[in-house]
Amino acid sequence: MVRVLKLELKGITKRFGSLVANDHIDVVVEPGQIHCLLGENGAGKSTLMNVLYGLYEPTEGEILIDDKPVTFRGPGDAMAAGIGMVHQHFMLVPVFTVAENVALGAETTKTGGFLDLDDTRRKIREISDRYGFDVDPDALIEDLPVGVQQRVEIIKALVRDAKVLILDEPTAVLTPQDTDELLDIMRQLKSHGTSIVFISHKLREVKAVSDTITVIRRGKVVGTADPDASTTELASMMVGRAVSLTLDKAPAKPQETTFEVKDLTVIAPSGQHVVDGISFGIARGEILAIAGVQGNGQTELTEAVLGLHSRVHGSIVLDGEELVGRSVKEVLNAGVGFVPEDRSLDGLIGTFSIAENLILDRYDQAPFAKGISMSPAKVLENAKTRIEEFDVRTPSGSLAAGTLSGGNQQKVVMARELSRPLRLFIASQPTRGVDVGSIEFLHKRIVAERDNGTPVMIVSTELDEVIELADRIAVLYKGKLVGIVPAGTGRDVLGLMMAGVSAEEALTDAAGKHPAPAPAPESAENPADTPATYPAPAAPSVQEPSSGAVGDHHD
Amino acid sequence: MTENTEPRHSAATDPDPIPADQATAPELEPLEDDEAFVTSLDTAGGAMQPSAVPVSTQSGHLGAPEESESVLRKIFTGNGMVTILAVLLALILGGLLIALTDKVVGTTAGYLFARPSDFLTAVWSAATSSYVALFQGAVFNPHGTGVAGQFAPLMETLTIATPLITAGLGVALAFRAGLFNIGAQGQIIMAGILASWVGFALHLPVGLHLLLVLVAGVVGGAVWGGIVGVLKARTGAHEVIVTIMFNYIALYLLRYLLDTDLFQRPGESTPISPILDPSAVYPLLFGSQYRLHVGFLLAIAATVFVWWLLNRSTIGFEFRAVGANPKAALTAGINVPRATILVMTIAGGLAGLAGVAQVAGTEKVLTDGVAATYGFDAITVALLGRSSPWGTFAAGLLFGAFRAGAVQMQIQTGTPIDIVLVVQSLIVLFIAAPPLVRAIFGLNPRKKKTATAGASKQAATTGGAA
Amino acid sequence: MSTTATSPVKPQPEESHTPAQSAKPVTWKLPVTLAVLAVVAFIFFGLLGPQGTAKFGVSSGGDFFQLPAIEVPAFLSGMVLSVILLGLAGYALVLKANRNQRPPRWLPVVFTVVFVVAFLIWVVGGARTPSISLAGLIAGSVTLAVPIVFGSLSGVLCERAGVVNIAIEGQLLGGAFTAALVASLTHNPYAGLLAAAVAGALVSMVLALFSIKYVVNQIIVGVVLNVLVSGLTGFLFSTVMQSDPEKYNSPGRLPIIDIPVLSSIPVIGPILFKQSVVGYLMYVAVIVIWIALFKTKWGLRVRAVGEHPQAADTLGIKVNATRFWNVTLGGAVAGIGGSFFTLVAIDSFTKEISGGRGFIALAAMILGRWNPIGAFFAALLFGFADNLQSIVTIIGTPVPSQFMAMLPYLVTVFAVAGLVGRSRPPAADGIPYVKG
Repeated sequence: MVRVLKLELKGITKRFGSLVANDHIDVVVEPGQIHCLLGENGAGKSTLMNVLYGLYEPTEGEILIDDKPVTFRGPGDAMAAGIGMVHQHFMLVPVFTVAENVALGAETTKTGGFLDLDDTRRKIREISDRYGFDVDPDALIEDLPVGVQQRVEIIKALVRDAKVLILDEPTAVLTPQDTDELLDIMRQLKSHGTSIVFISHKLREVKAVSDTITVIRRGKVVGTADPDASTTELASMMVGRAVSLTLDKAPAKPQETTFEVKDLTVIAPSGQHVVDGISFGIARGEILAIAGVQGNGQTELTEAVLGLHSRVHGSIVLDGEELVGRSVKEVLNAGVGFVPEDRSLDGLIGTFSIAENLILDRYDQAPFAKGISMSPAKVLENAKTRIEEFDVRTPSGSLAAGTLSGGNQQKVVMARELSRPLRLFIASQPTRGVDVGSIEFLHKRIVAERDNGTPVMIVSTELDEVIELADRIAVLYKGKLVGIVPAGTGRDVLGLMMAGVSAEEALTDAAGKHPAPAPAPESAENPADTPATYPAPAAPSVQEPSSGAVGDHHD
Repeated sequence: MTENTEPRHSAATDPDPIPADQATAPELEPLEDDEAFVTSLDTAGGAMQPSAVPVSTQSGHLGAPEESESVLRKIFTGNGMVTILAVLLALILGGLLIALTDKVVGTTAGYLFARPSDFLTAVWSAATSSYVALFQGAVFNPHGTGVAGQFAPLMETLTIATPLITAGLGVALAFRAGLFNIGAQGQIIMAGILASWVGFALHLPVGLHLLLVLVAGVVGGAVWGGIVGVLKARTGAHEVIVTIMFNYIALYLLRYLLDTDLFQRPGESTPISPILDPSAVYPLLFGSQYRLHVGFLLAIAATVFVWWLLNRSTIGFEFRAVGANPKAALTAGINVPRATILVMTIAGGLAGLAGVAQVAGTEKVLTDGVAATYGFDAITVALLGRSSPWGTFAAGLLFGAFRAGAVQMQIQTGTPIDIVLVVQSLIVLFIAAPPLVRAIFGLNPRKKKTATAGASKQAATTGGAA
Repeated sequence: MSTTATSPVKPQPEESHTPAQSAKPVTWKLPVTLAVLAVVAFIFFGLLGPQGTAKFGVSSGGDFFQLPAIEVPAFLSGMVLSVILLGLAGYALVLKANRNQRPPRWLPVVFTVVFVVAFLIWVVGGARTPSISLAGLIAGSVTLAVPIVFGSLSGVLCERAGVVNIAIEGQLLGGAFTAALVASLTHNPYAGLLAAAVAGALVSMVLALFSIKYVVNQIIVGVVLNVLVSGLTGFLFSTVMQSDPEKYNSPGRLPIIDIPVLSSIPVIGPILFKQSVVGYLMYVAVIVIWIALFKTKWGLRVRAVGEHPQAADTLGIKVNATRFWNVTLGGAVAGIGGSFFTLVAIDSFTKEISGGRGFIALAAMILGRWNPIGAFFAALLFGFADNLQSIVTIIGTPVPSQFMAMLPYLVTVFAVAGLVGRSRPPAADGIPYVKG
């Protein structure tokens, strides 16, 4: 029934100026296969797929379909050839309905160019029924949860008769449970004859679903791997050297709790309670990591501490000082260091010099300013010191910050925030889009700040990072605190908690399921030993059973 | 004309996350202005940031040692050259337009093939005679009586440049904070209303009177600008729309007032105010033979002030931060609404200074033409000056020269003053599109890709409620 | 250590606060604005209202049946209407306060209509000659609104595709000039009309060229283009047209096409069936553009380009080409609007003949929420204010005509600051699309 299609990329090279994003890449996607492209952030996977999808023209190399070379001048050509793509950032028009989005670009029309959306609705229902999607063709996209939006993207590709479906980091925005559903959908699609190119850097998913794995590093294919290969093996292929998945850090020596959040509620302009009655504390010398799927209130929580939200109830106390109701400036001056989740949007001014960025929140303080008059010499002097201290790779502090690589930009932000005496350090997504070398450096600095006796709050959607850095882990779901568990809690327990299951239930659940699907193997490597070296802090009820259970669970 | 319908492939702005991580050292060559645009790529989320201003001007000049050596390069390869070429190109096109509508050219075109040289001579002389007249009217007139007469045009240029510079500074300052102040026109009018009223209705001692006129005018402009800032900061109303509307509201208010006993000169039926008291007007700088008044010195002072404000003060740091990346500014503890209100207030005050220069300097009365088109010219002045204080100063002088010279040009050659508008707007258009200028002059765009990519970020716009 | 976790929550798939609501916050802006206006109306139109009788003529001489003039007691109706306004504003306030709901869509519309009627009665009732022809007022409003409607349609076409069009004024002016010139040279006003469309399109193409190909900031290009067109037309007017006005500046007028019988219907007859070609084209353009934008494949694509160009691009839609042609089309529409000045209103060109209508058109587009029909009614409102301005001078009211002239601008400021709070411009409006 379905024509299957063999896809081959041969010697694809894509250069942007002097930068080689793809260097002679060869990939063969066999019909009816799930083919994974594994690689770090920035390895060149997305560029390769954009070449395949006709969004970029390759500098060299060719694309073969069923052994015949083809050229794509645009996505239209790629779609006509049977290639569909679900982008990492959804390509859906928020104010359009599902049907309008699906129709767009492949509209059925009545005479005179009038839209025939009924036809589209019918197709949507057909596909929805076939794969068990529950999608209302007339819902507005902006009203749909991300999981459903993703299905709309898949429907879009299927309506266009895609034989090969490219999924670009599709799980980044999903809960572990949604992720499992997506993996199921992928298997279903495969059984209906659709080949899938699955782009990911998450080893667990890759291993769970792939037929073939091609590993890409720095724009080059470094090899193919079998889904049965061990996690460490895959990881070292991906990164290019043996990686220790754990960070060497001394056990935390928590002192008194100086930062306390009580019954914190943040109300969005829409009236929605984006943070909903949260209470927790952080002790000096410990790292509390906030885990959760993107968009469950983590951003608002940190922003509320900083004073960016106006409708905040409850209290945030730092060293006995109430922070709620304070301006951002007052909060910063109270000794809060803040690394925002999106450095280029919130943390840096790309067109300002590095030196100026290094004083972005202290431009009006001595020694940089006297009254309202600033001292450029002092600003540059400060830059020299910080650049050296944080190993920012730049020839000069007077260059624009936007010229720096992601990792170096993040170092600038960290350098700024860590270069003054702090009483609380908050970092959101501290290593997002940062190369491996810088990640290690940044993680070490964060741990160093902890060892200085500062309470540290880390927000990360990367479970690996949470597990690596945290002394305790708080999980947020829909603005509520699901629970706080000690470091070393199992990945699957955390996953369940991220879907809103309470810590106790998650523990029993995970323990119950234990024998059936093998737990993700990579998690065995670190948490297994951390609980031993790091005793959970004297803890309330939820935490007690967990350490034991986790221990059992992994042994 | 149609090649531009193709989507642009050339600009590799943001090839997914790769360059950010991999492009390290090689990318880090000293900044030239075009590359400065590229630098903002990583802020590319910033598609929504209002960055009206060439990015190159966003960063304060911290007197970095690297900077001095690249100045020369900048002039020859970067914007300096483009600016000169853009002016040249606009003048050539203006000249062609003059020639095209010239009678002699028309006649000679009739026998173009018989004697093409006549035609070409006619074209050349039509264009050049106009420009020579323009120059003589703007800078130096060799036929003037005595040295004083010969330099009279230059003095006239400076006189006309005075309001252009101060209003231009108002526009430029707002640009730097990411705001499009299209409202200099209205701010000048409001300043003119208040300043002139103080000037003719109150009778105060010498010194105090002028000071009060000055204060009233600046306050008038500042309030009119400040309201826009408040509306923007509190309700999110787009400043482009609000300032355009405020221009008209101010104009009709002025017309209304000139219709009332409060403002209309007794015994006059035309809308004109009484003449300002002698104690309320700016002293002349070089005696009564020229119109040049103290307002010009204030324009210089204003330029110095804006330079200091932007590059050496914490307030300017806030303005620039808000202009370049308001979200980052907010996160860094800068009070963005306050900065928005403050910058619009100061911008209005600067435009108000232009209003004062008009009523207390050049005109000495209030009419409904008090602002002429200075408010709109100020926008082009600020754009030509690339929103830097001294650039705006220079651009103000240039456009002042055009204005002054155009009057002479019209008298001597009959070329209408409107040609100045054409040349002025062409200059700004060309300057905004360096690749076009380079292409026209066959300058090989050294790095086509970066140049165009850069331009894109320059354009990165103002949200878009417009 | 108080590291207690708060009560863990169970997963609740159907939570009351879904992301759906987050996109549309309900603000106090609208209710408060309405309340302020209602109070103003109550004080001026009601409490301080004139005591006389306002007389509104409904029929004009040529109508095929005559309706009697409407006479209303100014004070009483002022009170009644302003109380209605207070009621509407109160309703909006209650909705927001009690249920955090936005008022229904009809509310601002009804409010506007009642406000305008109350205002009209107030103005006429307090005039020296408290009588005006309603038919004439409305017909005049429509006539004055014609260029504004075309201008705002140009804005809609451009901005729906994601290009901010500040250059409407220039497009109108370019159209007006070219219409006059070409009609004079060809002795054919229809040729002038066509030429106006071409001229408007050319102005737009410059906007498109600079903002799309050279990615210059769209607002800058728009502002500068207005200056350029103003200079260019002024220059050519002085050099060419003034040299021989007979030859270059005597376009002749487009005839008024009177559809028999229908045009004699009172009030609406003259508005709908006694117009020049430009007037009829206006109605056609509003309807066609509305249908095209919201009911056709073309419109879907245009709106997608204006909302989410990347999405459109990934579906094979040529974003910048779409934008280019939309902007060009918008210019042509505005150009036709410009021809109104020189082929319908009067029969010659003068400098700056468009007199800022382009900016009013921009305001009408915003007030009309980027919708052709909304823009049409907003433009009518502005045409009405414009017409009233000349009428109040004639009948002699206490309101200075300058304030009438100011009204559209004031309304727009109010609108962008308060009333339009909810309406969103196309998401990618003003943002150049540069392919990755």
